[in-house]
Amino acid sequence: MTTRLLPFAGFLLVLALLGFGVWWSGTHDLREVPSPLIGKPAPAFSLPLLDDPSKSLGSKDLAGKPYLLNVFASWCVACRDEHPILMREGKRLGIRLVGFNYKDPAEDAKRWLAQYGNPYDDVVADLPGDVAIDFGVTGAPETFLVDADGIVRYKYISPITPQVIATELLPRIAKLQQETK
Amino acid sequence: MTRLLLALALALAASAANAAIDPLPFKDRAEEVRFQNLTKQLRCLVCQNESLNDSSAPLAADLRRDVFEQMRAGKSDDEIKAWLTARYSDFVLYDPPLRGSTFLLWFGPLLVLGAGATAVALSVRRRARAAAAVQPPALRASSDVEDDW
Repeated sequence: MTTRLLPFAGFLLVLALLGFGVWWSGTHDLREVPSPLIGKPAPAFSLPLLDDPSKSLGSKDLAGKPYLLNVFASWCVACRDEHPILMREGKRLGIRLVGFNYKDPAEDAKRWLAQYGNPYDDVVADLPGDVAIDFGVTGAPETFLVDADGIVRYKYISPITPQVIATELLPRIAKLQQETK
Repeated sequence: MTRLLLALALALAASAANAAIDPLPFKDRAEEVRFQNLTKQLRCLVCQNESLNDSSAPLAADLRRDVFEQMRAGKSDDEIKAWLTARYSDFVLYDPPLRGSTFLLWFGPLLVLGAGATAVALSVRRRARAAAAVQPPALRASSDVEDDW
């Protein structure tokens, strides 16, 4: 009897493994690159402002208060989905919102912001994409939450949705705000 | 005329192929071989089924340039890999390092194989014991095996 059940038990085991794999790939994005930066200091950087390249903004200027770094580009189609949500909810976040213009010619980025609106407190431009590599950026949009001590606390890949703001960003921002006080 | 057109087509094809993978100023063949070997072990973050060596994604071109510059600066292959994993995690390596979190990845198949071998060994031993106890006639032995399956 047991010899007959053994292959069947093996089959059930393999079936369970398959079921687990299906469930796992449904709830996890297998293409998402995990960020090794979380819990570590954000890379030191200093980048020219999009509007005035003679001025720059960097990690030193941003230190002391938490900020949200949002990687975007005019060539990025998914950023257009994210943009209206940032326009609508950006101010409600209660945190400095820094736009990180990634590998984008300045005229294109300016035209894009003029056309769809500018939800950012500051916009820095990384045309060569070197600082982006230090941040481990794989594309746009990506969003980093950095605390007052310059530690990366959270990273979100793909367009921000109202749900992501409510469940992921707002609770974390509230926690950071409490830490800073 | 045809020859001219053919030459033009070839020239165009060659320039297109060059544009896909940016040429880097290697100083000799050894450096180029080292670069090719290294970038083949690294995964492009954009097209994740392509190596850094093959990919024509802009990020891959940037990373190839960084790898090249670090080679020129005298960094070893391991140092360059460490530089990349500090930014992009083990995801950039096609060959994941052996550590606690990758234990199952490395030894999972071996564990499954071991479990299968144990199951087979147990069932074979049980059958041998049953056969020894019953001592069936030689003629019936083959039909017994068929019955079991």
